[in-house]
Amino acid sequence: MLNMTPKEIFERKALRINPAKTCQPIGALYASLGIHNCLPHSHGSQGCCAYHRSHLTRHYKEPIMASTSSFTEGSSVFGGGANLRQALKTIFQVYDPEIVAVHTTCLSETIGDDLPSLIKKAREDGIIPEGKFVIHTNTPSYVGSHVTGFSNMTAAMVKYFAKKNGASKDTINVVPGYVEPSDMREIKRLVGQMGIKYILFPDTSDVLDSPQRARFSMYPKGGVKIEDLKDTGSSKITLSLGKFASEGAATLLDQMCEVPYKVLDLPIGIAATDRFIEALIEVTGKEPPESITDERGRVVDIMTDMLQYFHGKKVAVFGDPDQVISMTEFLVHLGMKPVHIVTGTPGKYFERRIKEIVKGVVDNPNVKAFGDLFLLHQWIKNEPVDLLIGNTYGKYIARAEDIPFVRFGFPILDRIGHSYFPTVGYRGAMRLLEKMLDALLDRQDRDAPDSKFELVM
Amino acid sequence: MTAVIEEKRRDIDFDIEDVVENIIRVYPTKVAKKRRKHIVVRDPSEPQEIEANVRTVPGIITQRGCCFAGCKGVVIGPIVDMIHIVHGPIGCSYYSWMTRRNQGVPREDGHYYLEYCFSTDMQEDNIIFGGEKKLRAAIREAYEIFKPKAISIHATCPVGLIGDDIHTVAKEMSKELGIDIVAFSCEGYRGVSQSAGHHIANNGLFEHIVGKDDIELDGYTVNCLGEYNIGGDAWEIERILDRCGIKVASTFSGNGSYTEYRRAHMANVNLVQCHRSINYMAEMMETKFGIPWIKVNFIGVKATSKSLRKLAAFFEDDALTEQIEKVIEEEERAAEEAIAPYRERLEGKTAFLFVGGSRAHHYQDLFRDLGMKTIVAGYEFAHRDDYEGRDVLPYIKVDADSRNIPELDVEPDPERFKPRKDPEKLKKLKEMGIVDTYEGMMKDMGSGTLVVDDISHFELEYLMKELKPDIVCSGIKDKYVIQKMGVPSKQLHNYDYSGPFAGYKGAVNFAKEIDMLINNPSWSFAKAPWEASPLIKGALIIE
Repeated sequence: MLNMTPKEIFERKALRINPAKTCQPIGALYASLGIHNCLPHSHGSQGCCAYHRSHLTRHYKEPIMASTSSFTEGSSVFGGGANLRQALKTIFQVYDPEIVAVHTTCLSETIGDDLPSLIKKAREDGIIPEGKFVIHTNTPSYVGSHVTGFSNMTAAMVKYFAKKNGASKDTINVVPGYVEPSDMREIKRLVGQMGIKYILFPDTSDVLDSPQRARFSMYPKGGVKIEDLKDTGSSKITLSLGKFASEGAATLLDQMCEVPYKVLDLPIGIAATDRFIEALIEVTGKEPPESITDERGRVVDIMTDMLQYFHGKKVAVFGDPDQVISMTEFLVHLGMKPVHIVTGTPGKYFERRIKEIVKGVVDNPNVKAFGDLFLLHQWIKNEPVDLLIGNTYGKYIARAEDIPFVRFGFPILDRIGHSYFPTVGYRGAMRLLEKMLDALLDRQDRDAPDSKFELVM
Repeated sequence: MTAVIEEKRRDIDFDIEDVVENIIRVYPTKVAKKRRKHIVVRDPSEPQEIEANVRTVPGIITQRGCCFAGCKGVVIGPIVDMIHIVHGPIGCSYYSWMTRRNQGVPREDGHYYLEYCFSTDMQEDNIIFGGEKKLRAAIREAYEIFKPKAISIHATCPVGLIGDDIHTVAKEMSKELGIDIVAFSCEGYRGVSQSAGHHIANNGLFEHIVGKDDIELDGYTVNCLGEYNIGGDAWEIERILDRCGIKVASTFSGNGSYTEYRRAHMANVNLVQCHRSINYMAEMMETKFGIPWIKVNFIGVKATSKSLRKLAAFFEDDALTEQIEKVIEEEERAAEEAIAPYRERLEGKTAFLFVGGSRAHHYQDLFRDLGMKTIVAGYEFAHRDDYEGRDVLPYIKVDADSRNIPELDVEPDPERFKPRKDPEKLKKLKEMGIVDTYEGMMKDMGSGTLVVDDISHFELEYLMKELKPDIVCSGIKDKYVIQKMGVPSKQLHNYDYSGPFAGYKGAVNFAKEIDMLINNPSWSFAKAPWEASPLIKGALIIE
């Protein structure tokens, strides 16, 4: 497995090997699915759209609907305006969404298609029916990563809809970040239990975890509603979870409608969840019910029960920056040593923040933003770890180096059911604790000689 | 009218032509006119034409992918001992990283790169100032780290637009490093589908790699063309051929090897499994080296036997023929025995088949083995010859969207052209339907069945509701759409992570899985008990 990877590290400036990221449009597509009655649309050649739909399907085992402008060589030379107009006409007539959310690809971005003008013209020419919406964002694949694409589409929801209309002063906006439908559901549960009125956007719960009831629904019941997106401009405050995925929308809301905002880490792990709950208390003055405090206490109880198995264990973590930052902090709080930490998404903040988190715990951590799994594997060859945490692609390294492995983040292509359980909040923390301990103890059981094989652990 | 479908729904007053007209009516006028030509109600009494290999209607929700996917993803990516560098932003390389199940094994020299994803990961400044410099640096780095025998470069959408000259880079770097470096201009917008990528890949492989080493091969040798070893298909085919006494010299390109391609031109005959993706290679190898090709189908018990018999007829060796018949007899008996219990549960059930460019035809043979009927079938990106047979080739007009896909000018090699058969014999074999010919999918489809090219999401959903198939075979994007409707779906691109489905053992695997899918108890739970029984009952009890 991965036999061609040498231990010796050769510094690369040009060749990316086994990336820890993918490109913008898939993040935008995912975010668009978090709008009710929305058909995501990819303005480029159709290969992108096929890849993005396939990839999300492999992760969720759910239908992922999206349309494409299907550029040909001609449109690549003369621009894709005609393709978009044809597409909108067909989409509204055949598929009847309430809203089409357009994102771009490296093709239309390199050409320089002017989407605002194209959409305006389509509206004027009656291609977009009355009462229907077309929004867009620019998602050049050669900038940032899929997380950037998610952030851009989330900001576009604000740009097109947010109005300061004095609707509801005691509502808060929550931008949940590039997390699972189960995570969005869990965030809503926590906020709801505190008796706080909220608008969560985007919201893919009840879209990407829809039930099997022997009927296909092109637009499932979930997704943030357009009237709610309009009201975000009148909310009291925006809590944006995960700097990389959610800050963009929050700052735009502030600029457009003077809604102040707070950027928090994704509430993964005990401390980040605490900060999320504290922020909710602070901005609303509401106290969490005892049930939430109990839930938290259960997490701490599990942590103290498990500590002997976690203490001092070396861990390698990779994935998307918001997830990895919070996970690294959680590992530190479990007494573990995150020694190799990689995200494929560029951004200096990541390295700064991780170094801050592991300070005093790991002396010379290997930290890299805009890194890849080839480098991570080489680091592991040079300094082995006890646990690897990351998306499905990590399984090759885990097998090559025989490391216990916990699947975490996006994408998880080789297991089914993961997307129904949160990793955020106290419940998510419990689940992560169980998964990590299972991985470590399965290994201990596998490796123990018969005489040392334990019944009780 | 509608023989097969009528049989399926004989209790309902029903006309398949009406169904087609109803589909078309939903589209905007121009789209309706176009789509009508892509849908054919089979009538075997007359030659029928279908529109195929033309541009996709924007916004229609197609299953299609792009030229890059056809080149790197399908044909070149499976070659195990080359480094395939994607020149572009990260997505294209990332999405084609191990997602297609073209399995392989390392050879003795150890070079094996299937688990890796190589990209130049273009950034904004590479788009503005050009990416050639970065591409050169990436090739140098790949060479420093891995010392590969050969490298391929694959262009993505922006590369053509910004004018990076990847072919010159390949030539110069090849000279600098002393290894073969081949560039493929497979930008995603070229052509109208994956198909353009196949053609471009064929050209590059043929021009730069095939036929470089004249190493004699012993015995009866074949190349398996258009066989990508999904789920181990190629290995099952190899097992059967091996039993017959026929050696596979190379496979294009499942578990494919650069080293093996260099001497592929020394084989006796080429076997073409996927006509669409590799017929260019088959033709060019015949022209240049004199290797005829045989269209085979190793999907299905009877189809596999039929293909083996074509080989027997080609080689004309009594001992070989005898051995082939012996293998057929033994393997068929074992497969039949294993399949029989499944057939009992599947007999009479109906299937839809929508797969890329060849399987929608091949699997009809396998479904027939199971006693099942294919009532609707179509390709994403096949051409008219795949539907109607190669006889229509002279009448196909290349339209503006595909005109820029280069055709190589191939001549017989003055020294190495070696006719495998005398021309008279070859002509006869062709007339017998054994060499250099393919009849297409439509001829195998019964009266009243439907052929749909480049099917849209809407058409799929509509046809499912109208014709109520027992299973729909398609790809990952459709699988859960279909299953949400309560109908099982079998992926015939990636086999739902199973396989092999080729050959005799594959047919048994397939039978088992189709039975598992259709007859699984979980489908019966789709309606909650309180939904299935009328609500009024509950109300009465409460009162």
